Parts: sequence; C-alpha cells; structure tokens
Amino acid sequence: MANHRKSCLSGKGVTKVFGLGLKKTVAVNHVDFDFLEGDFVSIVGESGSGKTTLAKMLLGLLPETEGEIFFQGSLRNIRGRENKKKYWKEIQAIFQDPFSSYNLFQKIDSVLLDCIRMRGGARLPYTNKIEMITEACSFVNLKFEELTNKYPFELSGGQMQRLMIARIFLLKPKILLADEPTSMIDACSRATILDMLMNLRNENGMTIIFITHDIGLAYYISDDVYIMEHGNIVEHGKAEDVILNPKDEYTKRLISDVPKIHEVWDLSTVG
Amino acid sequence: MKHLLQQILQSGKFLTGFIIFLFILLLMIFYPMINPGDPLQTISIGTFAPPGTYVSMYDALDTELNVFKLDNAALNRLDSVLKPEDRVEMIMWFESAGVKVDVTLNDTEALLAAWNEYYDSSIQPSGMTKAKRNYYKRLNDNITRMLATIPKVIAKISEESGELVEVRQIKSTDYINTNKVANVFNLPLGTDNFGRNVLKELASAIKTSLLIGLIAGSVATLIGLTLGLVAGFLGGLIDDFIMFITNIFTVIPSFVLLILISYSIGQEQRGAATVAVVIGLTSWIWTARAVRSQVISLRNRDHVNLSKLSGHSFFRIMVADILPYIASYVVMALILQISAAILAEAQLSMLGLGPKTTEVPTLGLMMKWSMLYSAHLNGYWWSYFPVILTIALISFSLNLMNTGLDQVFNPTLRD
Ligand SMILES: Nc1ncnc2c1ncn2[C@@H]1O[C@H](COP(=O)(O)OP(=O)(O)O)[C@@H](O)[C@H]1O
Ligand SMILES: [Mg+2]
Repeated sequence: MANHRKSCLSGKGVTKVFGLGLKKTVAVNHVDFDFLEGDFVSIVGESGSGKTTLAKMLLGLLPETEGEIFFQGSLRNIRGRENKKKYWKEIQAIFQDPFSSYNLFQKIDSVLLDCIRMRGGARLPYTNKIEMITEACSFVNLKFEELTNKYPFELSGGQMQRLMIARIFLLKPKILLADEPTSMIDACSRATILDMLMNLRNENGMTIIFITHDIGLAYYISDDVYIMEHGNIVEHGKAEDVILNPKDEYTKRLISDVPKIHEVWDLSTVG
Repeated sequence: MKHLLQQILQSGKFLTGFIIFLFILLLMIFYPMINPGDPLQTISIGTFAPPGTYVSMYDALDTELNVFKLDNAALNRLDSVLKPEDRVEMIMWFESAGVKVDVTLNDTEALLAAWNEYYDSSIQPSGMTKAKRNYYKRLNDNITRMLATIPKVIAKISEESGELVEVRQIKSTDYINTNKVANVFNLPLGTDNFGRNVLKELASAIKTSLLIGLIAGSVATLIGLTLGLVAGFLGGLIDDFIMFITNIFTVIPSFVLLILISYSIGQEQRGAATVAVVIGLTSWIWTARAVRSQVISLRNRDHVNLSKLSGHSFFRIMVADILPYIASYVVMALILQISAAILAEAQLSMLGLGPKTTEVPTLGLMMKWSMLYSAHLNGYWWSYFPVILTIALISFSLNLMNTGLDQVFNPTLRD
C-alpha cells in the first residue's frame, strides 16, 4: 500500500547540536525518517527528547547542524527569503503553547488576513476576505463576528488553538506540523482539536506530523509512529506494529506508563 | 492601552516623579512668560546681587508720602543696623564694667535698655585700651543717632549757583507705598556673576538642558535600539561584529571619550545641539547590550516563528513582533538616558568643555561660572544652590518615573 504513495518529507542523518564544548547538547542525533504523503505520522517521546527541535528543523526555522532534509523527494532549498516563503506555503505548523503563539499587540484578524495574503489574495476585495475567514472560523466552530477586533488575550486557550487550525484551513499547506497542540489546553477542547486535525487530513489530503508525549493517543490516531529518546529515533513503523509489538525497551516503558484506561481501551479495540 | 495608562497613573512613584517634573516644566514655561526678554542680559552692574525686592531709591524720593507712627519702627531700624559683633562687644563692656545684666544677643530691646541705663563714657574699666574705649564711644554715638529722629534732607545742586538747595525733608515717620514707586522689581534668586537674573537664566537653562537630554537620549536610544535589534535578531557574524564594537566602547570609559571628542571639536563649534549629539554618540552602549539580550530571548518565541511562517519580512517582524514587546523597556532606557545626558552636560561644562557660553544658558554653565567666581566660598548661595537643586530634582524625578514604570511593566518587582 505504501508503494504507490510518494515521500513528502524525509531526512538522512539530521542532527542538531546546541552550544559548544562542555555545554554541548545533542538535541537531535542523526535521525532518519520518511513521511509519506497523506499520512498521519506521530512523533512520540518524553519531554526533552528533541521533538520540538526536530520540528523546527523540518519547518526551516532552525538550521540543522548536520544531515539532509528532502522535500517531495528532492533536497530542499530554503536559502533566501523567496525560497523560504515558497517552502512555507507547503509546510505550516501549530505550536504547543497557544498563549505564546500570538502577537499580543495585534488583533486576531491580522493573523487570518496574513494567511490570505500568503496565498496571493492580498488584492481580493475586503468582503471576499471576510467570507473566507468566516468559512475558516466555522470549520473550527468559531463565529468570526464574535472574534473580530479582539486581542488574543481575550480568547481562551481552546479558542486560540482552534483559531490556529482555522489559519491552517486558510493556508491549506501540504504538510502540517502539530507540536503537542493539545497539551496546554483543557480536556474538553482536546477531542475537538484532534477531530479538526483529522478533518483537515481527510478533506484536504494534508500530511500531518503530530508530535506528542502520549503514546496511547498516537496509537489511536496515527498511521506511522516514530519513537524518540534523547534525540534518537529508537523505533518506527506502523502504529499497530510498534505499539502492540514494541521491540525497544524505551517504547515498552512508554506503553507501560500509559494510564490503565488506555490499555483497556486498546485491548478492546484490538480484540 | 487605556488600562496600562491607568495603571501607570496609579503608581505612586511614577506620579510623584511626574509631579516634580511637571513643576520644573511649569517654571520653565511660565517664568519667561511673566518676565520676558533675553535671559543672558546683564541687569546689575555689580555681581551677585542677593535675592529680594528692589526699589528704585531715585524714584522713591519723588513718591507721595504717607505718615505712620509705629512703635517698633526705631527698634527695627536699630535692629537692622546693629551688627552681631557690636552686640557681642556691648555685652563684653557690661562684663568689664562689672555691671550685672541679664540680656541675650538677639533681644535688641533689652540690650538697648541696659545700654542706655549703664553705659557711661567716663567709666574706665581696668585693662581696657583707649582705642577700645573710643570704639565704645563711637558705637554709643551711632546708637543715639539711630534712635534720634532727626529728619534727613534731600538736596539738589542748584544749576545757577552750584549750591545745595533743599528739596525735601524726610522724617522717620515717612513711608512710601512701593506700588506707587515707578521702578520696583523682584529678583527671587538675585543676580549672578554676570549680573544676570538667576531665575530667568535658570528657567532658560532648564529648557536647554532638557533639550540636550532629549536629543542625546534620542540619539543614544536610536543607535542602541537599532544595533541591539539587528545584532540580537540576526545573530551570527553580524552579531559578533556589532558586539565587538560595543565591547570596545565598553572598555573605554564613555566619559573620557566624551571629553576627548568635545575637546577636539573646539570651543567655537560647540553649540548645545553639538554637545547633545556628542553625548548621545558616546552613551548608546548599554542600551544596545540590553536590547540585544531582550531580542535574543524574544526571537525564538512562537509568535515570532509564526510571523516568519506567515511570510513576513525581517523588517516587519522587527517592527511588529519584537519592538512592541521591548517598547516599555526602551521607554525606560530613554528616560534614564535623558537623565544621564543632563548630568553629562553639567560635568562637561564644569570642565569647560560644555556648550559655548555666550549663546544659551545651561545648568552646567551656570554651575561653572558660579564656581569660577567662588560663589560657594562667598556665600552667594542663590547663584549655585538652585541650579544644583534643579539638576537633582530633574534627575530624581526622571529616575522615580522610571522606577514607577518598571513596577508597572515588570509586576514581579512590585513592593
Ligand atoms: N535553543 C536551545 N538552546 C540550547 N538547548 C536547547 C535549545 N532548545 C532546546 N534545547 C535542548 O534540546 C533538548 C531537546 O529539547 P526539545 O526539542 O524542546 O524537546 P521536546 O520538545 O521533546 O520536549 C533539551 O535538552 C533542551 O534543553
Ligand atoms: Mg516540545
């Protein structure tokens, strides 16, 4: 099945080292990966295992110390502003902390208007832009009339994160990198956010790279999983294969740390 | 925004500083309105006329008289004439003459009563020299003359005969109303060594010094902000280069640099604006360092990353995503720079490297000339103390406002 689908993002020996000498931290250590088009891929690891650092390298926000990243099969070129802009039309992100993802000094309208401009719609009549924004907001169950002219800090964490998804809806990138998008918001909003990510994938064929520390959740939603420990990818494969038959000690520990309720649920699904 | 302003105005420290500063501003604005004219004009012929109300004696003679019979007039007259050392001598006489009296130095009435009762020029206390006895005789004559109410005569020289012709007699009960005198004026702070009105000069000097502070502060903040933003945001080689230059400037004390530059410009070219720019050019280092470190902590924030992902340019990210976050910090740095620049001008001027003397007064120049004329040694406090006080108050109020702002912007520091 995997054969007829193309690779959309892959890497060879990708490494990131912070600092020099004694203060040297190897945040990501020679990792190889291959994310296929249209897949829902999870990267699972404990806090500090280098997930965010890897994500930033994939996004081109952080230069890699070593290694190569391939975009749609060819070595990506993000030198210069124009190339970066082109790349960012194809790959976008949702960050972990919605409260720090917004510029607190700008109304939220500007974030959404930026997306339309990014897709070349800067010259559209204002009413068209508002239409598009309203549609995007309703995709994430928000009413634009209630949000317009508000500042980010007037919104709840869940609303902020949903607005981030509305942003992705407007941008329609090929790849979405979601870095623990549900870890900082209340439990009620979590399920809706996951649903919306699923919808993005199903309706727009987006490749979603989902970063989480929750291996139970990864099993529930992903096609492929990559397990990260201390900057290394220790295991990867189909979600069922990895989680039901873990080979690495670290993966086994992660699974045993999952609260019981998941285990019961896991067995019932499999059974 | 509204909320922030409210918070700032509720900060006691900021408000206190602001009110002090406002008073200085009011003095700067309104005194020249009440008393217009060139602040550098010489008005008194002698130097250092003390503060007070000046009444033209010439005009007073032609002013309509009112007669008052006041009990304490004679005493007051004597009070102002009898010098402290004379009073001491009077008491010394009582002692050497063996008279037991119980009077204090400042009780003129009792002292005088005792003197009139016991003093006798024929008494020759043992051990008192003739010269001393003569001094007491003269003192007694003076006192008698003061107490006597002999009219004084104003005479003018006759044009024909050249003789003195009596114009008017002035009795000790004659008074004039100062409102009726043609020339009366107030010098709240007297005059300085050039015979200038100190208060008028001060009001004008505050304006120049604040302007110097504002120019120097803006120059320093602008340079520091630009370099800090660029170095902090871009990092890498550009950061290394900017930091290299900044470090060089950190090692050379900026005041030494200031002195050298001011000296090399030369007295003729040193206007107030030039001095301000030079001060600004030598004091941007700390702003640059501080802004850089703030930007470094901001540049990896997610909202900056998101802005990058939205395709914004370097310039736009700088202005829209970084600057607002450090704006409060920059305002505070600007306030401190203004305060420091005013002090730097004063220091430079004291060294004779300040702005040219003849054009505008500055706080530093006023201090300099007072010191050159030894005002502090001669007790001419009005020519330097108000200047020192003004510098201190400006500096104090600006720093207080800065602390107030700091407490609003960084709530963890709130006491
Ligand atoms: N900018 C940075 N400078 C230095 N060390 C960093 C930086 N960012 C991350 N690290 C280090 O890299 C390691 C991985 O961090 P991160 O990628 O944030 O982990 P995760 O997202 O999995 O929690 C951590 O040890 C962290 O301290
Ligand atoms: Mg992380």
